Amino acid sequence: MAKLQLSGLGKRFGEVAAVSGVDLSLAAGEFVSLLGPSGCGKTTTLRMIAGFILPSEGSIAMDGAALSTAAGAVPPEKRRMSMIFQSYAIWPNMTVAENVAFGLKLRKLSRGEIAAKVERILGIVQLDRLKDRYPAELSGGQQQRVALARAMVIEPEVLLLDEPLSNLDANLREEMRFEIRRLHDAFRITTVYVTHDQAEAMVTSDRIVVMNQGRIEQVADPFALYNRPRTRFVAGFIGRTNFLEGTLAGGEIGFAGFALRADRFPEFAKLGRRVLFSVRPQSIGLRRALGNGGGWWVEGRVVKRAYLGEYWDYLVAPGAGGPPLRVAAPPGDIFEIEDKVWLEIDPQRVAHINEAS
Amino acid sequence: MTDLLPLRAPARADAALLPLLRRFEPAMLLWLALIALLLFLVVTPLFILVRQSFEAPEGAGYTLANYVTAFADRLHLRALGNSLLLGAGVALLAAIFAVPMAWAVARTDMPGKNLTRLLVLGAFVTPPYLGAIGWILLAGPNAGWLNKLWMAVTGAKAGIVNIFTFPGLILAIAAYSYPYIFVFTSAALELVSSEMEDAAHILGAGGWRTTLKVTLPLVWPAILGGLIITFLEAIALFGTPAIIGLPAHINVVTTQLWQFFEFPVQAEVAAAYAMPLLAVTALLFWVQRKSLGRKGYVSLTGKGGERRLIQLGAWRWALLGYTLIVGGISVLLPFAVLLQAAFSRAWGRGMSLANLTLRNFEYVLFVHNTAGQSIVHSFVYAAATASLAILLALAIAYIVSRRLVPMARALAFLCVAPFVIPGIVLAIGFYSAYAAPPVALYGTAALIILAFTTRFLPIAYTSCEAAMRSLNPEMEDAARIVGGGRFIALSRIVMPLLRKSIIAAWILVFIPATRELSAAIFLTAPNTQVMSVVLFDLSSEGNFEYLAALGGVLLVATVILVAVSFRLVGRDFMLRRS
Repeated sequence: MAKLQLSGLGKRFGEVAAVSGVDLSLAAGEFVSLLGPSGCGKTTTLRMIAGFILPSEGSIAMDGAALSTAAGAVPPEKRRMSMIFQSYAIWPNMTVAENVAFGLKLRKLSRGEIAAKVERILGIVQLDRLKDRYPAELSGGQQQRVALARAMVIEPEVLLLDEPLSNLDANLREEMRFEIRRLHDAFRITTVYVTHDQAEAMVTSDRIVVMNQGRIEQVADPFALYNRPRTRFVAGFIGRTNFLEGTLAGGEIGFAGFALRADRFPEFAKLGRRVLFSVRPQSIGLRRALGNGGGWWVEGRVVKRAYLGEYWDYLVAPGAGGPPLRVAAPPGDIFEIEDKVWLEIDPQRVAHINEAS
Repeated sequence: MTDLLPLRAPARADAALLPLLRRFEPAMLLWLALIALLLFLVVTPLFILVRQSFEAPEGAGYTLANYVTAFADRLHLRALGNSLLLGAGVALLAAIFAVPMAWAVARTDMPGKNLTRLLVLGAFVTPPYLGAIGWILLAGPNAGWLNKLWMAVTGAKAGIVNIFTFPGLILAIAAYSYPYIFVFTSAALELVSSEMEDAAHILGAGGWRTTLKVTLPLVWPAILGGLIITFLEAIALFGTPAIIGLPAHINVVTTQLWQFFEFPVQAEVAAAYAMPLLAVTALLFWVQRKSLGRKGYVSLTGKGGERRLIQLGAWRWALLGYTLIVGGISVLLPFAVLLQAAFSRAWGRGMSLANLTLRNFEYVLFVHNTAGQSIVHSFVYAAATASLAILLALAIAYIVSRRLVPMARALAFLCVAPFVIPGIVLAIGFYSAYAAPPVALYGTAALIILAFTTRFLPIAYTSCEAAMRSLNPEMEDAARIVGGGRFIALSRIVMPLLRKSIIAAWILVFIPATRELSAAIFLTAPNTQVMSVVLFDLSSEGNFEYLAALGGVLLVATVILVAVSFRLVGRDFMLRRS
């Protein structure tokens, strides 16, 4: 049985459908991210799971028991969940230890038990020496850790995180990503994580749910999501990509400025007349001369370049004109503007996007 | 985890039970109770007032006769004209007092800024009728201190100033209403970036030109807002026009309304006569809202650009002098003469040991048949008013900010609606609605407390709403998701976090409630006298020494309270724009 089951979940605010038709099932101990641009409905979905928002349609169930339907909902405090908020929502009138102990006190644990649990969790998030501080005396990262400790100390059935790192500076954000994943590996709490940052989602998650305009675009693990995006939105939202739009005719796919042999594409049979490929800049090789690999080769000309330290960013216009392709090349591969080059494209690393779906 | 067991049962609830869980959201019941209370406090008195204005005196059907009686009389119309003239004069003079001070404090290196703020605060917390008495002692014809000084210095036979004139009335009111304009203007000036002025300088504008052409126009909406508030305060004021205007045969709407209640009582005519006051107030508030909403060009974003103080050179002493003159007019001089009167056998006999006495305090505290009791009443009623208003305002602000019920905005509207009801009109409405049977509250403390609560509900609500808005809802969500119900979240998180704001709001209601006169004058009975009414009676009897002593008690109590609250919640909360 699924730990958490969202079925046909939808939420309307007046005329606007913030979320619609969301089906999702989480296994116990799974870490799932809701990823999407702002306004895509991810936070609304999370707040419905938490019980702060009543769904307009569909239902949410935990361990098979209904938590929310359009008709009514178990209130947040009775869901045995826990949540970390974008603002952290650390109560400034309580010390670190009091913040963490709050949920335990509500559960009527003995004083000794509370102290032991607080001590242990603060040790885990490395805040044991700051337990008598007030939140105003903590840095952003430390406040974040208090929020984590406070949410996890009650051993929730489900942990919800709402863009928890968006208020931290870049270095700390990177560090906390791994910290969140480490804590998940230690406790295996079923987790739903909302973010608009794809790197965050990819570091932390077992599976990523990409949302757009209130709907789920794709659910997949980070590797599949990046390499096998199923919709144009996912391909464009996760990482950078080149979209190639073409027409299949006479065994060749004609694109703007070049054509490719269709039979070299592994899923040749699935191609319709109109073809949309997504090719990552790193999946294209830049060569001085035509080689003899079994992939696709396209002649082109360098029109723009930028050196980004970790790689070169080239724009290469295909032979007979047409919109240039973006190519990421290793720092050592130096080409000048106007150089004639060959693009080597591995058909295995090209994602075919079925726009009908 | 056995300790989680109590929480487990509802989570396993059958889907059929869920609608029940939802229906039992207690906010709905609370909402109904609040609606009922607001109908009682705000809507009913106003409705009764309007209805009464169309009622024939014997209760025989509806008529327009009251309006004819109210507005056919030339004297009544002149009172109406006087009110408008008074409002305009007061607004203008208050702006002349306040705008230079606000600019000096906000934008220049004038010395003595803390003193200036203190003087403004002093003017703000002084009951206007007490200031008016002070000005009678200062500028009464011949006997007033200023006139005696003039005669002593020049040897003239008569004084030169007379407070019992129309300009005198304007001065005595403006001296206590200019803080509104000061607060609005200085708050706005503090948000204007120096870069705005630099831009004018770089194009070749000089210092004064920049101030007049760039800075002041930028804060014009704020000044306009202050002018409107001051105008409305002045036309709604009862005490000062009654104390200074009536002896000078200057009648205004509020004093005329009062006269309708002298024998023979013409309550229906009074109701009709109150309508223009109500209409003008509502209209001007609407205008203010509109004009503030439209001023998109105001650069009051609150961010961007540093603010540097303008170096005035020798001019800063001139500005300080101006500030001290205004402070002297509103606070220092009246307080000095009131203090003298409070400790004198007869105020006109001047400063001498023989004239010194504590008798006045003894009299008002222990001898006078209502004064001593009225002190207790004033503070008890004010405390009850503040508590009730804040409780109500907090509940509604919470419901509105969390959108717990449909149409929450309607509640908020009812809370701020009394803004447009002048105190004396509200009192007439309460009197008509609840004094007589079937409610029969006349002579009870409840009548006064409820009327005061209505009167100050807008202050309470705007403060509580601002406080609620300053609190991130996630603070509360965080308490709920770890297992606390709404009640726990409110009592353990929301209330402690808002403690300071709540205390501040309570004091903001308590202080005006201790001195409220216009709403009290119709509603107090001999056994429910409050200080303001006793002070008013003493003034009409000419007992200025007793009056000064009783006023002193009120002021000392106020000052202590303000000082204590500064300790508790920090400075500035009284002079903050809200």
